Amino acid sequence: MVKVRMATPVLQQNDEVARENRELFRKKGLFVLNLMSSPGSGKTSILERTIAKLSNRLKLGVIEGDIYTTKDAERIEKFGIPVVQINTAGACHLDARMVQPALEDLDLNDLDLLIVENVGNLVCPAEFDLGEDARAAVLSITEGNDKPAKYPLVFRESQVVLINKIDLLPHTDCDIEQLEKDLKLINHQLKIFRVSARLNQGFEPWVQWLEEQVNLKKKLSASQ
Amino acid sequence: MHELSLMMGIVDQLRKSAAENNIKKISKVMLVVGDMTMAVPDALQFAFETFKEEELFQDAVLEIRKEPVRGECKDCHHNFGVEDFAFVCPNCSSLNVRIASGRELYIDYYEGD
Repeated sequence: MVKVRMATPVLQQNDEVARENRELFRKKGLFVLNLMSSPGSGKTSILERTIAKLSNRLKLGVIEGDIYTTKDAERIEKFGIPVVQINTAGACHLDARMVQPALEDLDLNDLDLLIVENVGNLVCPAEFDLGEDARAAVLSITEGNDKPAKYPLVFRESQVVLINKIDLLPHTDCDIEQLEKDLKLINHQLKIFRVSARLNQGFEPWVQWLEEQVNLKKKLSASQ
Repeated sequence: MHELSLMMGIVDQLRKSAAENNIKKISKVMLVVGDMTMAVPDALQFAFETFKEEELFQDAVLEIRKEPVRGECKDCHHNFGVEDFAFVCPNCSSLNVRIASGRELYIDYYEGD
């Protein structure tokens, strides 16, 4: 009998492609955001509001991850910005190898900000590096206060949390102050923005943050 | 349920290594899974079963060693067990805590002939 020591990370193949993606984004000075959440939290609505606010300030592109449909991509296309659809055909997350070929369908030289909308799922997407610069997680208050404790990884690995549907606060048992405290215990560096995609409220600080990141990335890229 | 795609990566790595080491049958695989990964051991076991038709894995047993989540305070360097994913230093109450362990997901070793 032979014993073979490996100590190889299971996600090594993904992480290698993620590094290639990241290197490409660095060369292009392109800021890439990985947008994650559970299904129905309002990811696509938030994306629509974000695009509406930013499309006259920045050149945007979107990669839409969806298990089977093109419904989300059709919503984004209406804004007249480049959008590439990835159908994962059953897979519950995007990985770096799915994103890599999709990048060939975009003119990266003509983009400032690329937003990747991940498959709706709080569990699996958190495990897969796509090569992005930052991760934003959407959490809607109707999902319940226990979500940070149940799905800690996605919040630990994100730089931003958008708390959505705050217009519904009076109608729920959600304690939003406690929710924010719980999030900060998992990740004290989290930037938290409270928004209502339905009423188009609270988006300015969020899009300002995005714009800052985009400019920072451009500067870094130019100085290298 | 991303365990199946994780398992496909694991199985790929094992196939490659077994070929390099001239191993025809694997008897045991030791996988290390941190408590802060989103991989569920039962689902990993289930996913592993789907490869049992392959001769290399026919008699293989998958063992999973769990690693608890530990944090290291960046301010006072205290190393501690993290409970309920609250990254707060019990020594100095700082929130400036890095994950010292619990994010592991790797094949430690395998045995075979």
